[in-house]
Amino acid sequence: MRAFTYERAGSAEEAAAAVANRPDAKFISGGTNLLDLMKLDIEQPAHLVDVSRLPLDRIEETEEGGLRIGAQVRNSDLAAEPRVRSQYPMLSQALLAGASGQIRNKASTAGNLLQRTRCFYFYDRNMPCNKREPGSGCAALQGFNRMHAILGANDACIAVHPSDMAVAMAGLDARIETLSPGGEARTIPIGDLHRLPGTTPDVETTLGHGEMITAVTLPPPPPGRQLYRKVRDRASYAFAMVSVAAIVEKSGDRIRSARIAMGGVAAKPWRATAAEQTLAGSVASDGAFTEAAEAALAEAVGHGDNDFKIPLAKRTLRHTLAAAAVERA
Amino acid sequence: MHKTTTLRGQSADSTGFVSRSTVKSSPHVEFIGRPVDRIDGPFKVTGRATYAYEHPIDGVAYGYVLGAAIAKGRIAEIDISDAERAPGVVGVMTHRNAPPQPDFGPAVTPTVPEVFTRARPALNSDRVRYYDEPVALVVAETFEAARAAAGLIKVRYDEEVGTYDLQAHLSDAYAPRRTNAGLATDSVVGDFESAFAQAPVKVDATYRTPFEHHNPMEPHATIAVWSGDELTIHTSAQTLANYRAGIATTLGMPPERVRIVSPFVGGGFGSKLIIHADTVLAALAARVLQRPVKIALTRQQMFANTGHRAEMIHQLRFGADSDGRLTGISHDVWSATSSFEEYCEQTAAFARSLYAAPNRLTRHRLVRLDINRGEWMRSPGEAPGMLAFECAMDELAERLGLDPIELRIRNEPTQDPERGVPFSTRNLVACMEEGARRFGWQGRDPVPGRTREGRKLIGYGMAAAIRPNYIGATTARVAIDRDGQVTARLDMTDIGTGTYTILTQIVAQNLGLPLSSVKVELGDSLFPRTAGSGGSWGATSSGSALHQACSILKQRILEVARSSEASPFRGVNVSEANFAHGEVRIGERSARLSDLIRDIAPDGFEAEGSVAAANATETYKAYSQHSHGAHFAEVAVDCDTGEIRMRRFLAVIGAGRILNPKTARSQIIGGMSWGIGAALMEETVLDRRYGHFVNHDLAEYHVPVNADIGAMEVVFLEEHDDKANPLGAKGLGELGVCGAGAAVANAVYNATGVRVREFPITLDKVLPGLPLTAI
Ligand SMILES: Cc1cc2nc3c(=O)[nH]c(=O)nc-3n(C[C@H](O)[C@H](O)[C@H](O)COP(=O)(O)OP(=O)(O)OC[C@H]3O[C@@H](n4cnc5c(N)ncnc54)[C@H](O)[C@@H]3O)c2cc1C
Ligand code: SF4
Repeated sequence: MRAFTYERAGSAEEAAAAVANRPDAKFISGGTNLLDLMKLDIEQPAHLVDVSRLPLDRIEETEEGGLRIGAQVRNSDLAAEPRVRSQYPMLSQALLAGASGQIRNKASTAGNLLQRTRCFYFYDRNMPCNKREPGSGCAALQGFNRMHAILGANDACIAVHPSDMAVAMAGLDARIETLSPGGEARTIPIGDLHRLPGTTPDVETTLGHGEMITAVTLPPPPPGRQLYRKVRDRASYAFAMVSVAAIVEKSGDRIRSARIAMGGVAAKPWRATAAEQTLAGSVASDGAFTEAAEAALAEAVGHGDNDFKIPLAKRTLRHTLAAAAVERA
Repeated sequence: MHKTTTLRGQSADSTGFVSRSTVKSSPHVEFIGRPVDRIDGPFKVTGRATYAYEHPIDGVAYGYVLGAAIAKGRIAEIDISDAERAPGVVGVMTHRNAPPQPDFGPAVTPTVPEVFTRARPALNSDRVRYYDEPVALVVAETFEAARAAAGLIKVRYDEEVGTYDLQAHLSDAYAPRRTNAGLATDSVVGDFESAFAQAPVKVDATYRTPFEHHNPMEPHATIAVWSGDELTIHTSAQTLANYRAGIATTLGMPPERVRIVSPFVGGGFGSKLIIHADTVLAALAARVLQRPVKIALTRQQMFANTGHRAEMIHQLRFGADSDGRLTGISHDVWSATSSFEEYCEQTAAFARSLYAAPNRLTRHRLVRLDINRGEWMRSPGEAPGMLAFECAMDELAERLGLDPIELRIRNEPTQDPERGVPFSTRNLVACMEEGARRFGWQGRDPVPGRTREGRKLIGYGMAAAIRPNYIGATTARVAIDRDGQVTARLDMTDIGTGTYTILTQIVAQNLGLPLSSVKVELGDSLFPRTAGSGGSWGATSSGSALHQACSILKQRILEVARSSEASPFRGVNVSEANFAHGEVRIGERSARLSDLIRDIAPDGFEAEGSVAAANATETYKAYSQHSHGAHFAEVAVDCDTGEIRMRRFLAVIGAGRILNPKTARSQIIGGMSWGIGAALMEETVLDRRYGHFVNHDLAEYHVPVNADIGAMEVVFLEEHDDKANPLGAKGLGELGVCGAGAAVANAVYNATGVRVREFPITLDKVLPGLPLTAI
């Protein structure tokens, strides 16, 4: 960890300006990801702007009947919020499946969205890593890549985004509200927030330097049954091998609409649009779920240790869709 | 300076805890055998227990270790100029300016004990022998300044091609001179190969157990303080004598000038038996800088620098007649070892005592890799050995169409099958039968993959447990003052096992005093030397020495009481004396112990007791001494994802007299948890290109968490081993892990019909064998 200066921002505007002012400045919220990375010298900001005490910690209803979640709402609070639990249950399930109680008490909504990959080689400064040090190569490609991506990756980087919360939000069509240093606000669909590696795996989001996340809005609760299923190596306190957020809306025997997002498979929460399309209008059946799973993973590529993620993701998807399609008693 | 930590026993009430751990106690009130609460518990939960890094020392400076970025080669250039100029830096040490130390020496020491006492120099050469080996130490006014400055050091290496792949280098395997603990590398009885060739029923299975790391909660940490030429080391150690000897040899000073202090230890699991870089570097830096220096290794550094369990390949071959009687047993082990220091885990040694068979073969072979040395870890030998062996037994039972318990009963030996001597006690069959009854073993479907609950496949598995009983040479001192207050001192450690508590119980019971009259002081090398905590011998070694010290103390008291004018026992035959309820009673006469001492010896009494190393005694040679047990596991496997979760876990244990069923139970469930870890998740991946441990933190090196454990139950069978020691107790700390993982693995097989022979059994290895289940 390098020496750094620290300031506590008085407002979102001030915070955005303070970070924009210095190329080596960063926001800090709960610090559960950033501080770990700083201790290991992976992140080396010279200035931290603390946004954790800004009054962005409320969850309010929007005019259109959705929810507006302040960027500083703690993961624990968001998971426990009654409207989230009843109307967006898969978001609550995803949050509670993540990290540990202590970490969730510290972690913020914005910080969770922007947490960085857990790729082992990214975490070790002695290893080549295009994300940490552009042009140095990707040690994971021929290395131990059990946790790595099967979708949307390329030889430049096969890292995955580790968030559970973001996967549920992707399934819910969340929108990210930001404030730019100039004071200008914009709204980004969650699908456009994270970038796939392309040739610049070090550039992970579409946010500009100093652009601050102020809130996440959820559209009105979608019709259908929601389910978040996380597959992991131990029962708690482990990142997803594969996760599925599914919403299945039925009409009689038929599926009217479905929304599917997957975690643990790509550098961003992965929306499986092709699978959603195969499901729409079909009879809720094993055949339809299997077909959807095949469609979702049609482009998947394994890298050795993570080959198993392809059948695992298909099986998890098939069963999660089936479980979501069961009528509530 | 250091204040000796004192823990005073509190009067203990029964906690109802026995309901799960059944121990019958003798009719009159006894402390030994009671589930006394941990005496150190309140200290730990209120933060008053001081760990190595926390001792308040005036003027202490902080060290941070920089590790090598390569696994094999030389340091061509090391530029410390920026680090030296960084704010707060007091000094930077590299191989160029570190004080001279003896060379490390040969890979194998002439004798076993020298492993513990040999010099372990740091920063004494430009050679890099393993990834993350220390190449520099930065000392600064704060930890943060030291760490930041370490990041400014520039090192250029001449890298060499290293060897990191056990499987690929099996043809280079060699036979070591001995295994750990000085056991024979090979054992041969009869003619295994012919017996195996002729056996009508066979198993020939190859298993792999991975690199694993100890990962105690408290990292390896040291504060070194010099006063003239006397050195005090505050550290986290299991065995103070080893630390003292190791530091003395490395620094070239007499051991008498080294004091090791370690009153509380946040876990060791075998990784704190010998000194590591934190201790050596703190001592060197403190001497050079003439001020106290403290160093803690980071979690990541612990993976490379504080030992591991090596990767192993096991070949198990069993031959049996059609009735299930073993005609031949063979366990071959190929293990990774370090290129510069040999460590051969005694992985197949347990197989020499477990089951009967006329033809037997066990062999240990090593392959040198460019990694750090392996170290003793959580039941060295049995933990990986039984994991493989007891799974292969399950394979044999299935091939024979026999219940796994029945197979083991048919091969129960009447005496130690290789040594030909009787067992001191052996309740393995009783453990299995009691366990089967309690667990509902008869409800197991022997055909795997058939028991389903919803989308879970349910399986039962069992395995036997065996672990040798040791005693290490130990001395203890006990003193009683005129107020009847007793102090026991020994350089034993409590690594979280309950040592403070059971030793208090032993002293209180021997002297007939309440627990609150006894204080036990541990963790200071000024106290009499013990075998420390390791090899599950702590309780019995220290307990036996204290037991003897108390007997001598009582004799001394009685001798004076018989001759003293002031004594009510003057002239009485004291051989019938009884110490109980705070009194001494001889026939009709009695006196309060404190009154008696005040009257006859106002300065009190003191006595020392000791036990010799067990293997030096005739009894040890005449009997085969082991603790035994049986594990029963129930798992649920998700039929869609292959996720394996524990449901129930039962251990039935026969380990001599149980000194404290509460601390004993904690030891066993700890071992069972490690068994779950070994079976299902623990693995450190060695990158075969770079030679580093890839997943070197606790986010990616998985140990079981609470949610992984399920319901656990421990049952102790009543046992008293009069051959083991005067207490009748045997070691049990490590017994809990022996066979535990195999019970889990066998349950996974029973649930799924998928036999995974590469540990850990993660979902990706089970998944290909799980057919799709209808929605
Ligand atoms: C051991 C461990 C296990 C974990 N397991 C899981 C898991 O299973 N599932 C899971 O989903 N997560 C897991 N996590 C990750 C955890 O969820 C994240 O660390 C946490 O959500 C980050 O939130 P934070 O507020 O602490 O972010 P910080 O660490 O403060 O910040 C993270 C990033 O966000 C940026 N940032 C913060 N706030 C803003 C803002 N308002 N605008 C713009 N940028 C901002 C920071 O600059 C930084 O780059 C785990 C973490 C650990 C340490
Ligand atoms: S996968 Fe990405 S993060 Fe990991 S080593 Fe390769 S480039 Fe770096």
